[in-house]
Amino acid sequence: MNKFDVVIIGNSAGGIGCLETLRTLDKDSKIALISDEKYRTYSRALIPYYLDGKIDFDKMYYRPPDFYEKMGVEPILGRRVAEIDYNDKIIEFDDGEKIAFEKILLSTGGNPFIPPIEGIDKRNIFTFVKMDDVLGIKNSLQAAERAVVLGGGVIGLMVAEVLKNKGLEVIVVELADRVLAPVVDETTSKLVEDVFKENGVKIITNNTIKKVIGKDQVEAVLLNDGTEIPADILVVGIGVTPRIELAKDKLETNRGIIVNKKMQTSVADVYACGDCVELFDFLFEGSRSLPLWPIAYAGGRIAAYNMCGIEREYTHAMAMNAMHFFGLYIINAGLNVLGDGRNENGDIEYDILSRFNGEKRTYRKIILKEGRIVGIILAGEVDRAGIILNLMRNRINVNSFKESLLEPDFGYVDIPEDIRWELLRDDIVLGTVFEQ
Amino acid sequence: MKILAKPEVCIGCHLCEVWCAVSHSRSKDIIKAFLHEKEKPSPRICVEDRVPLSFAIQCRNCDEPECVAACISGAIYKDIDGIVKHDPEKCVGCYSCIMACPFGSIRKDLNSYKVVKCDLCNGDPQCVKKCPNNALVIIESEEECETGLGGEGQ
Repeated sequence: MNKFDVVIIGNSAGGIGCLETLRTLDKDSKIALISDEKYRTYSRALIPYYLDGKIDFDKMYYRPPDFYEKMGVEPILGRRVAEIDYNDKIIEFDDGEKIAFEKILLSTGGNPFIPPIEGIDKRNIFTFVKMDDVLGIKNSLQAAERAVVLGGGVIGLMVAEVLKNKGLEVIVVELADRVLAPVVDETTSKLVEDVFKENGVKIITNNTIKKVIGKDQVEAVLLNDGTEIPADILVVGIGVTPRIELAKDKLETNRGIIVNKKMQTSVADVYACGDCVELFDFLFEGSRSLPLWPIAYAGGRIAAYNMCGIEREYTHAMAMNAMHFFGLYIINAGLNVLGDGRNENGDIEYDILSRFNGEKRTYRKIILKEGRIVGIILAGEVDRAGIILNLMRNRINVNSFKESLLEPDFGYVDIPEDIRWELLRDDIVLGTVFEQ
Repeated sequence: MKILAKPEVCIGCHLCEVWCAVSHSRSKDIIKAFLHEKEKPSPRICVEDRVPLSFAIQCRNCDEPECVAACISGAIYKDIDGIVKHDPEKCVGCYSCIMACPFGSIRKDLNSYKVVKCDLCNGDPQCVKKCPNNALVIIESEEECETGLGGEGQ
């Protein structure tokens, strides 16, 4: 039986983050990379850009063609793992072949969530997660004139913009009372809804699809309130559920695989990261799912260190999104606090600073808790947003300069001297575990 | 190779920004670049100033670059020499790197929806060459960086 020092399951951000870091630490270990998709490492986050015609198909690949060779990794692509024995450290493929491993990373990602709607199994209904979905939708687009997008989240809205740009009539259906509801506040949602309306995309809120109508393929959708909307294609973009079938009943799981700050699961030598896990969010002060590209990659990085015996913790994971809709750029990070920052008892829990310019369509909102930034939303002007995220990660008390955070040209020059030089030291690597 | 900024001698003249932009222009000529070229050149270095303080900030080629982790397209990568590179051909302008860079060193390209970052001018950084007060210096090894930004603080 073939044996590997490390086996990585999953061929996207998390797996690649782990692989690239492993190779900076150790050039010789025997590594295998397994994926049930046959394509070499590609970026599913680029799917909207590809459909929009912004990039060619070959730009969908996340790494160059000789990547596996350069990394010295054995790619095992287009094959499905049937079962993993974590105690005896053996992987069994669905064709019965077995391989052994010493350490393993599960970066299996998520499955698109398909709600149980009557008729959802018809043709011309797409999700936006895998390469094969894209090739399918690309073919169907040519004949389609009307599209319905279910879900007004980041993915749903990106898809809606692309379909509109392709010349389709597009309607977005969202269950909440506004788009991007869990991600940003009402002011930002309104900005986003406005740009969609101006660009001719209709957004229906407080509603969802009750039934998909059509013979073999979708012809219309029936909404909860009885409205019927004709549609040639339906895109379902309401999120992903963690893919945990290889972990279930063997590792500790909740909605996702539970990992500690070292990205270790409940079983020794078994690591996990990315959309399939629940990990510690330092601003949320607990574990939760953060299905975001940078979090997956960084999680893989931390797992790699610990696999090699170098103790590192992912101490600064938090929610973050960079998005753009019809030229409106938005970056948000951390907690999304609504209202005036008071808790149920009416006591002030969060200090909220904001500046809104309706004419220029710019918005900055900074949410503080005990002097530290726990959430930001920047819309319209996102330049150098990373400086604020750095203040968040390093838990800097910003009380003495908080007003300057609302200025579009905020920079290190606005930060008091002692903190500034501390932050600008070279190569600050967070999450190093020191000997106690 | 890294570039070290010395705030104590920076006079805030912004010439590093000007020459950075010129060296990334089509003509590489200061007059032509700013007056005649259709695409206005974008600087990849940023001088922060609030009189009397000023200093330049640019990509520091971090050991563990947040931008590389955040880049969804693979346009930003760390090459074998440890230099963080950006391939504009692959960039889709998602601005995840703008969100991630702790130093605000990745900026929007003034001419497109993509981003730009310092490329060390292929080993001959014009910001360093043209700084009139030696507020930017090249360091080849870690031992050399004792003072200034990019080193051990002030």
